[in-house]
This record gives sequence, C-alpha cells and structure tokens, in this order.
Amino acid sequence: MSEAARPEPAAPTDDPVLEVRGLHVSFAGRVGLGAGVAGKKASVSRAVDGVDLTLGRGEVLALAGESGCGKTTLARTIMGLEAPKQGEIRFMGEPLGTSTKILREYRRRVQIVFQDPTAALNPRQTIYESVAEGLRIHGVTSQDGMSEEQLVARALARSGLRPPERFYLVYPHELSGGQRQRVVIAGALVLEPEIIVADEPVSSLDASVRGEILKLLLGLRDDFGIAMLVVTHDLGLAWTIADRVAVMYLGRIVEIGPAEDVLTKPLHPYTKALLEVVPEAGGLGRPYLSGEPPDPTRIPEGCRFHPRCPEVASGAAASAGVEPKCLGEDLGLIELQPGHFAACHLAAAAKRSDKVPAG
Amino acid sequence: MSILSVRDLEVTYATQAGPVPAVRGVSFDIDKGEVLGLAGESGCGKSTIVNAILRLLPAGAITSGEVLLNGEDVLGMKGGRLRAVRWTGASVVFQGAMHALNPVQRIGDQLAEAIVIHKLSAEKEAILRAGDLLEKVGLPPRRLRDYPHELSGGQKQRVMIAMALTCSPTVIIADEPTTALDVMVQAQVLGLLHELQHEMGLAMLFITHDLSVLVEVCDRLAIMYAGKIVEEGRSGPVFEKPAHPYTEALAAAFPAIGDPRFRKSPSGLGGDPPQPDSIPSGCSFHPRCPVAFDECPTTIPDLYEAGEGRRAACLLVPQRAQVAT
Repeated sequence: MSEAARPEPAAPTDDPVLEVRGLHVSFAGRVGLGAGVAGKKASVSRAVDGVDLTLGRGEVLALAGESGCGKTTLARTIMGLEAPKQGEIRFMGEPLGTSTKILREYRRRVQIVFQDPTAALNPRQTIYESVAEGLRIHGVTSQDGMSEEQLVARALARSGLRPPERFYLVYPHELSGGQRQRVVIAGALVLEPEIIVADEPVSSLDASVRGEILKLLLGLRDDFGIAMLVVTHDLGLAWTIADRVAVMYLGRIVEIGPAEDVLTKPLHPYTKALLEVVPEAGGLGRPYLSGEPPDPTRIPEGCRFHPRCPEVASGAAASAGVEPKCLGEDLGLIELQPGHFAACHLAAAAKRSDKVPAG
Repeated sequence: MSILSVRDLEVTYATQAGPVPAVRGVSFDIDKGEVLGLAGESGCGKSTIVNAILRLLPAGAITSGEVLLNGEDVLGMKGGRLRAVRWTGASVVFQGAMHALNPVQRIGDQLAEAIVIHKLSAEKEAILRAGDLLEKVGLPPRRLRDYPHELSGGQKQRVMIAMALTCSPTVIIADEPTTALDVMVQAQVLGLLHELQHEMGLAMLFITHDLSVLVEVCDRLAIMYAGKIVEEGRSGPVFEKPAHPYTEALAAAFPAIGDPRFRKSPSGLGGDPPQPDSIPSGCSFHPRCPVAFDECPTTIPDLYEAGEGRRAACLLVPQRAQVAT
C-alpha cells in the first residue's frame, strides 16, 4: 500500500449512520481433485479488496460498477450476510459485534430490498404475512401504541399500497411487478430501519413503473430520514436519486463524491469510460473499453485499472510521467476536489501540476 | 421495395380462459440497410411479433394479416419453403444468449449446422466458414472448439450474432440482444451489430424495452403499447420530442445524465402495463395517461399524422393540429 492510500473521511454530514473501514472479503475457489493432488492451490477471489465508506444520516449513496466488481458482495457484507476477512463495520458509531443478539438488532435497523421482488416474496404467503414476518422474527408485537395489524397497514400505506386492507389476503402472483416491489419495501419499512440497502431496486421492473418506485424511495428518505445504499449498474438511476456516487472497480472504490461532480466532471478514467457507454442518440462509435470484465482472482499489480486504462494505452500517462506508478504502485483514494476523491495517479499528478504555479 | 413488410398483423393466443389478443393490428416496413427499433414493455406483444414473422408461434395461436419477406408472404408458405426462408431470408439473435446455445455441442459444430442444413456447403467447408464468421464478430477461430461454458456472456452473444449471419440473411431480427449484458459489454455488442449492419447493408429489426439503446442504433422507432403501435417516426425526434404521452413517460425512464430536469426527480406512470387479456376500452393507455380527457375511454385513436414521417395514436394529436391551423 502506498503512502497515498488513506481512509476516506466522513461524509458531508458529521453524523454517519454507517462506516466501513478497510473492508476485505474474499472467497476461496475450488480445484479439481486431480489438480489438488498435484498440489495446485485454489485461487482466492478478492471480491472486496479494501473499501472505506461512510453513509450519512438520510443520505442516498449509489454504488456503481460492472458485474463482478464486488458491489453486491459489499452490500451483503454490510448486511452481515458475509463475514469480512479484515476490516470493520461501525453502525451508529459502534463497531458491529458478532454475537447473535447484536446482529439480530442490527438486522432490524438495516434492511435490504432485493432486485427481483418475485423471487424475494414467498409465493404461498399472503401480502399481510409477508410484511408481518419481519415483525414476528424480531418479536415486535406492538410499537408506538400500534398493534401488529396497524403497523402492517401503516407500512403498506407508506409504500403506496392503498387501501392497505385490500392487499392483506392477496398473494404475490395477483400483483404486478411494481406492486410486488412495493410489498418488499413495506416489509423493510415495517421495522422502521435506519438504513435501507437496495440492490438494483428497479432493474427487473418495467420502464414506465420504475419512476414511481424511485419516487417512493426518495420519499422515504425525505419523510423518515432513512439512509440508503443503492447498488446499481445504471448511472442514469444514480443521477436521478443519489446524493453521492461511489464507483467500484475490482473490489475497490476508485471514485467517490457528490453525484453532480462524479457524473458530470469525473476524475477517474474508469468512471469516464462508464459514462461513455451510457447509450444515447448519436452515441455509436464512441470509445469503449475492450476486453471482458476483470477477474477478481487476478487483480493486477499497481493501479488495478491499468491494463484497461485508456490513459495508459494512449500514452497520456507516460507523457505525464506517471506510467511507472500506474504499473507498479497501488493507490487509494485521494481528495482531488472538496469531497471528491479518486484513485488515479494521472489525476493526482494533474492536480499537483495545477498547484505548482498557484503557490 | 421494402425487405420486410408487416401488414395488419394480428396474433391471438388461445388459452383456457379464452382468446387473448397479443398483437392487435400492427403494420411496419423495413427497407434495405435500415434499422427499425420496436420498443415496449413486457406484455406489449413485441416478442410475439418476432415469433410471428418466422412462424415460430405455438400451435393454437391465430395469426392474420401479412408478413412479406422480400415480397413473399411468410404466413402462407408451405413447410419446405418456410424452412428454406428461415435463416436465409431472416434470422434471429435471440435474447438470453446464455440459454440459446446448446451446452453439450462445440461452438463450431453449432455454427456449421445451419450451413449444412441449408446445403450451402459440405461439412468441411462449413467449419471453415464458421471460422470466418467468428473472426467477423471479433473472436479468434480457435474458439470453434470451445463449448459454450468456456465463453463469457459477451462472447456467447457474439457467437449468437455469428450464427444469425451463417446463411447471409437479408434481415436480422435482434430480440433484446444486450439485455442480459453488462454496460461495457453491451456497448461492444451494439458497436459490432452496427458495424456488421453497415458493412453488409443488412435490414434489421431491433427489439428491446430500453429506449436509450434503440435511439442509439435505430433509424426509425416504433413504440408499442398493449399490442399496438402508438407512435412511430425517426428515432431522434421520437425520443426527444414525443408526440404520445406514453412515449414521453418511457423516455423519462432513461434520463440524460447531467440534465437538471431529471436530477432528484424521478418520474413514472401510475399503474402497470395492461395484461393482454384485460385491455382497457377506447385508447388502451387512458387509465395511466396524465393528459386523458372524457373522450379517451370511448374512442379508439388511429395513428394520426404528427409531423414529417411521424404518426401517433393519441386523440390530442389531431386536436393540436387543428389549433395550429
């Protein structure tokens, strides 16, 4: 790790609900019997490879990247569904414990909304049962002076399913995709979480329905101050709802900052490449990265993006004199603009040369 | 003359609950070297159209209208002629390349199969031709010996495209060719399709729900809702200045990054696309339409002229035209 690597400071708010520090998660590969006997080692997949992240109260943070970049693993680890190999997760300022009791309480306050509501709902459970299940698991029989039924009704109504009684005895197959996703959101909402982790919350929905679900999620933040981590590959979606955007590449966040800055004035060549490939009229013939999404069992030396980096390929990195660093020196996030961080030797060099004449 | 011409196509599925109309009178033409995009949400009938063009619909589907491929009516063809036209006249790049390839057959054999079946060449030459096709789609010919599981998603989709090219068709129908792919790989595949289409002067029918992809690759767009085309025209104007409120809502689901109109203000339609077995009366879009008025639930709109090469099925279109004159 180079000296440039330093943790990313707190979010714009002084009151983070979630902090992730130096998180590493890896999965062991498998080797065939023959290869194992021959002494071949299983390759280890470093899915999350050193992530620092904070989520402020009531903040919407979009986590973007290609498939295989580790964004879903990071979200699952934050949920306590994967065990980190190294690093720490702090919730409301306290490190997350490993005891069942603490994890259970944590999982009440941090809820997840999955990509495909059809898979997330039990087809043989009524909507009432699906939403009430969370309450029962956590032993909540009443809250704010409300009975279980009132709590379920309130959650359904807040998710836009009105009148709620109409949905009590309905089964998931009787609902449309958008309504099912509202049921999943109601199931998360009924436990009054501090954080909702949403993994591609609208990508399985019809295009004309997506806007309403996103409106609902933004409303939950505005009305109840729920912080959200939205995992997505869709930068247009990030533009529509996120306060900040984090871009992940091969297990590491390579750029993070306010959504306006990251999406309209990107600093990292990978973010630039991702923005180039967002389809648009007249977009054909624009540059895109060749090759396949990278392999987390073989993370390149130096800057992990250098084998695909257009700046290295075009010689821009060489003429700025940073190419040896790109090839040989791993780096962490560097604050290049206020609140806007990127892990790029070239962008850092450009910033330094800006500073020299100024003083 | 257009290469593919679809006239008043209607497809009705017979189900236990009675007949279900999936396509309710659709007409369009594609000229040589032209790319037409067909957009719509699940259940709007766009995949049924793909299957109807090559007569791949299940038994029990009732089809009427005309599908003219190079001037010949596909719907009236006898079995032998139909087999000859499939893949040589029109071929399909199916969605979900992961599942469309045979997992226990080598890529080369699968590519050669279509060539041999159509008696275009003997087996040995067919393999050579398959190698050429792989090169054309950007894969080294040694990949002929690979099985599908040895390829990535993007590579499999390249193989599917090579397969669609095996018998040099005049029309390629691409049914959600990039839906399952990652953004970066999607850009590669779209670039490849565009290159091939351009180089070989192919006519193409491109089907997806992703309007932003269509705007990028298509010359013209047709927007479908509940089994009908509700708007058609040149792709740029349709996307940027929609004449139909449904097109407008669909376009808003694919916001331009950097456009302040979309920042922190997601917009969508209430309700859901209708099921084909319960299509609303009048204009089928009226229950979800933000600008519907008293006539909409009772009057079925035609496709009205809405500018040069533009047509839209909205009662407001002729009204606006009247106001303008």
